Amino acid sequence: MDIRAGLLNGDKRAAARLITMAENGDEEAVKIIREYYHLTGKARIIGITGPPGAGKSTVTDKLAKNLRLQGKKVGIIAVDPTSPFTGGAILGDRVRMTDLSTDPGVFIRSMGTRGALGGLSKAAHDAVRILDIYGMDYIFIETVGVGQSEVDIVKLADTVVMVMVPGLGDDIQAIKAGIMEIGDVFAVNKSDREGAEKTATEIEIMLDFNKSSDYRPSVVNIIARDNKNVDELIAAIDKHWEYLQKNNNFEERKKNSIRTEIISLINQYVITSIQRDSSKVSLIEDMVGNVYGKKIDPYSAAVEIFKDVSKINRNV
Amino acid sequence: MDRPIRVVVAKPGLDGHDRGAKVVARALRDAGMEVIYTGLRQTPEQIVETVIQEDADCLAMSILSGAHNHLFPKVVSLLKERGVDDVLVVGGGVIPEDDIPGLIEAGIAGIFTPGTPTSVTIDFITQNIKRK
Repeated sequence: MDIRAGLLNGDKRAAARLITMAENGDEEAVKIIREYYHLTGKARIIGITGPPGAGKSTVTDKLAKNLRLQGKKVGIIAVDPTSPFTGGAILGDRVRMTDLSTDPGVFIRSMGTRGALGGLSKAAHDAVRILDIYGMDYIFIETVGVGQSEVDIVKLADTVVMVMVPGLGDDIQAIKAGIMEIGDVFAVNKSDREGAEKTATEIEIMLDFNKSSDYRPSVVNIIARDNKNVDELIAAIDKHWEYLQKNNNFEERKKNSIRTEIISLINQYVITSIQRDSSKVSLIEDMVGNVYGKKIDPYSAAVEIFKDVSKINRNV
Repeated sequence: MDRPIRVVVAKPGLDGHDRGAKVVARALRDAGMEVIYTGLRQTPEQIVETVIQEDADCLAMSILSGAHNHLFPKVVSLLKERGVDDVLVVGGGVIPEDDIPGLIEAGIAGIFTPGTPTSVTIDFITQNIKRK
């Protein structure tokens, strides 16, 4: 299979194989992405996040269908958790997106978090980039739930949609710090349930306290299952997009995302260069013994190892 | 390269019984595989598209309705049509013994009937996937 030609000519198999390679840390994948990096930046990247069971997959499904009616091509990266014990995963987001499978203008890929150091966020970055090169107009990243790694992933999105549901009550209080920072649009899903208006009001009240930005996120009540108010949600996403186009908001957001990515790549290169070099691995083991024997403290041990790593960086 | 085996677990056709498929999915997960679960009532076309987009190593289908002689070979021929030749295809469910040789002939690498220990299925997939 010629991955390069396939990727540029809309061959789903080529895009799929390249994502696998990137996910597995194959260097050839990085090489191909580097070659076509100049082709990226055309897709709008939308992060979909929120607590488990809020309806993220269903919301993504409906957003994608509405965008397909406008003739837009849609890529979806759906992330589910990997078991930290076995490394296995059940990736079940496609269950809510069955009709989209055979649409030639849609590409859906399920990913496990795999739990490697910074692993998911790099793999998700790569997958977004691959689907961007592949020619998608919109790329959705659907995260696992709300947590630190999800915050990292959504940083690469142009717009983050936070999907909430009525009835979480005090949970909103518990996670509001994270939510307030990353949500650009709030969708209160399952709004036919009791308490939907209250949930929307609570979000609005929390937004009242958030004065750090001149942008005020929209709060939209939807029923994704019935495709109700999904068009309003799209309008709210577009409103955020318009805001990004003003002044240098877009540049600032992208630069933040690039900065985060470069720093995490440096981290990863350091880790990889240690893992691939047996002398470094044994140096770490020596240090583990030394720290255990109280001959040295862990801080000094890390400095020693870092000094050794920074001497040789040819293998990156 | 140490990487998880990716398996699409699919329910083709109209039967609504997915307990077996879920048990197998769970067992494969516990064996360290990434299982992409498609849900019920998939058409052969949907299954083939899913296998392609997910770049799966293995497709595991379950049928309890009796439509296996029609649906399993249909999926295999659609995969061939799309040029997918490196995916291991296995099947399971209520499948009479007399039907098994024909299904193997049609390109289903392994058939696992009720009572098969999940470890047998796991070993079969691990040993027979076509991509390393």
